[in-house]
This record gives sequence, structure tokens and C-alpha cells, in this order.
Amino acid sequence: MKQKINIFISSAFSNNSTFVLLLGLCSILATSSSLSSAVGMGLAVMIVLMMTNLIISLLRKIIPAEIRIPVYIIIIASTVTVVDMLMKAFTPELTITLGVYLQLIVVNCIIMARAEVFASKNKPLDSLIDGFGTAFGYLISIIVLSLLREIIGTGSLTFVNPFTNATVFSWTIFDARYAISLMVSNTGAFLILGLLLAAINALSMLISSHKKRRKEALIAKGGQG
Amino acid sequence: MGIVTLIISAMLVSNVVLVRFLGTCPFLGVSKKISNAIGLGLATIFVVFFSSLLSYGLYHLVLKPLGLEFLSLVSFILIIASFVQFVEMFLKKYIPSLYRSLGIYLPLITTNCIVLAIALENIGNNYSLVETIVYSLSVSAGFLLVLILFSVIRERIDSLNRVPQAFKGVAIALIITALMTMAFFGFQGLV
Repeated sequence: MKQKINIFISSAFSNNSTFVLLLGLCSILATSSSLSSAVGMGLAVMIVLMMTNLIISLLRKIIPAEIRIPVYIIIIASTVTVVDMLMKAFTPELTITLGVYLQLIVVNCIIMARAEVFASKNKPLDSLIDGFGTAFGYLISIIVLSLLREIIGTGSLTFVNPFTNATVFSWTIFDARYAISLMVSNTGAFLILGLLLAAINALSMLISSHKKRRKEALIAKGGQG
Repeated sequence: MGIVTLIISAMLVSNVVLVRFLGTCPFLGVSKKISNAIGLGLATIFVVFFSSLLSYGLYHLVLKPLGLEFLSLVSFILIIASFVQFVEMFLKKYIPSLYRSLGIYLPLITTNCIVLAIALENIGNNYSLVETIVYSLSVSAGFLLVLILFSVIRERIDSLNRVPQAFKGVAIALIITALMTMAFFGFQGLV
């Protein structure tokens, strides 16, 4: 059980696809302009990633090593086609908002990377957990980015249920007159992701220097004793 | 839409990287040196042009008559991957000098969303053959243009060496991109 939790934590946080590995930025940047589309995209990626990881892991002993990449591509593309058709049928408005980015999940590097690095070598259940963890990390990153963009850009926060198109909640955080509408546009996407990355870098530098200092202090103490 | 309008809108007004976020990974990854940027940009133009022609042909000659439109995603990605593989093998065997300068970028292009996105859009927008050729050439030319501009700025920033520690690398690159998108807003009135 502990090992399973470790797989989840490593794939979701310490190897977070967006902020640590910088994979699949196209869809993160493009669909994070509002919370609703970000959640939709994140969940679509989650379904695709879990499905492909599971299928590839189940077939890992049958797929010949020489042609594994084309086989992975076909499995991923078929899964995305199925998800795309289902979403067109049940969440038509969301499909229009996500546009071509939904089908472009096929060329999202995260999915290929997890297939090659994890699912091709591990048991189905572990691969499923890894897929869930990686997609959870993706979902968290895209939600953080969309929250910042929507709140700063419009001054309010709205969430629309993609199945019924009913507004679940709509909160006004501050007066729309003070909103910086640039943040909802593409400039805001690049700017906020850049600032977030810098903040994460600064934080990890702070933590590592703190650890170093504690280690030095421990060594100094040991030297005295 | 006239051909000129199509070129301007595909290249500048809705630029692939800055406005539509496609191809962000190679844009950030292969822009540290201007020579690499030119190599990747030219390889992209080449692959985008031929793979959109191939997928256009496949869609209108095979998939549509047989009523298999839902297979377009699967078949396009296969066409692109095998075309890139074929070009790589061909260049390696017959034009080794070009392979050395361009070859390393080719595998990168398979996972470049620009190629698949253009192939899908040509079909989605119901473009004719001429429009397909013009559209795919001008979108990828827009990619080359932005990639060159960006790599020049990045070389200059790196040589100054005054970027704060936390902003080094991708963080400052994203902020430069944000400033470039603002500059590209100026083209919005053109079409």
C-alpha cells in the first residue's frame, strides 16, 4: 500500500509534469483561461492517461520492442478519438471551448512519456495509479493557473457544469473595474506561468539552502562532540 | 477569404505560438541558439507542408468516400509519424550533409502539435487544395519567424547574465514570450 502511495506522490507532485518537467505546456496555456475549461481539459487528460497506461501495461509483454512507439501512438490516438466522440455527444459546449486542443492530447508529451517510462515496465494496477497521479498533477497545475488568470482577469470566479450547462457557482471576488483583462488573454497565460515557475524555483532554492545550513550545523555539532 | 488575407492571418494575426499556444515545447526547448532555431523552423516548414498534403489526400480520397471520417485523428498521426521516419531515413542515406544539420530536429517534430493541428484544421475548415498549401506554409513560416526573433532575444539576455537566479531558464523565457505576444497584438487590426 505504501508503495502505491509513493507512486502517486512521485508522479503527481515531485515529478509534476507542468512545473517540474515542463511537458505539455501547449494545452495548459491554451485551456486555462477559465476554471470550467481548465477542469474539463484536466479531466479529459486524466481519462485518456489512465486508459492508455492501463492498456499499454496490459499489452506490455505482447508489444514487440522495435515497433512499440507506433503501437503506443495508435493506442493513444484511438483512446483520444473515443473520448472526443463521447465529449462531443455529452458535453458539446465544452468541446467547442476546448476546440482542437482536445484532439491534440494525442501529441501531448506527458502521455507518451508515461507510456514509455512507466506503463511499459510495470504492472497494470501500478500503471493505473501512475496515470491517475500524473493526471492529478496536471489537473492541479491547470486549475492553479486558471484560478489566477480568471480571478485577476475578470474579478470573479464562475464554474459551469459541462453536462447540463448550468452555472454551479459564480462568485464576485472584487469589482470588475479593477480587473486586469490582459490576464485572460494569451499574454496573461505566458506571464502567469513564468511568474509561477520563478516562484517555485525561489521556494525550492530557499528550502535547499535551509537544508544545507541545517546539515552544516549538524556536522559542526558532531565535530565538537 | 482571399489568399493574401489567409497568409497574413495565419502568419501574424493568429500566430501559432504566440496566439494559439501550439508548438510551445520546441519553442522553449530549441531557442537557445539562433542556428538551432533556423534549423528547427525550416524542418518544421518542410514536414508541415508534406504531411498536410498527405493527410488532405488521405481524407478526401480514402476516408471520406468510405465514410470513415472518425478515423482521421488515428490515420493523420500515423501518416505524420511514418513520414517523419521516412524523411529521416532518406536524408541519412542520400543527403548526409543535410541530415547532419536538420536530422536531429526531425524526431522532435513528430510530437510537435503544429503538424497535427494544421492537418486537422485543413479538414475542419473545409479548405481547398490551394488553401491547404497556402495555410500550411504560412502557419509554419509564422513559427519560423517567431522562433528566430525569440532566439535572438534569448541569446542577448543570456549574454547579459543579469537575470535573477529564480527566473533563470524557462521562467524568463515565458515572460519574454508574454512581452512578444503583446507586440503581436498590434497585428490584430490587419485582418
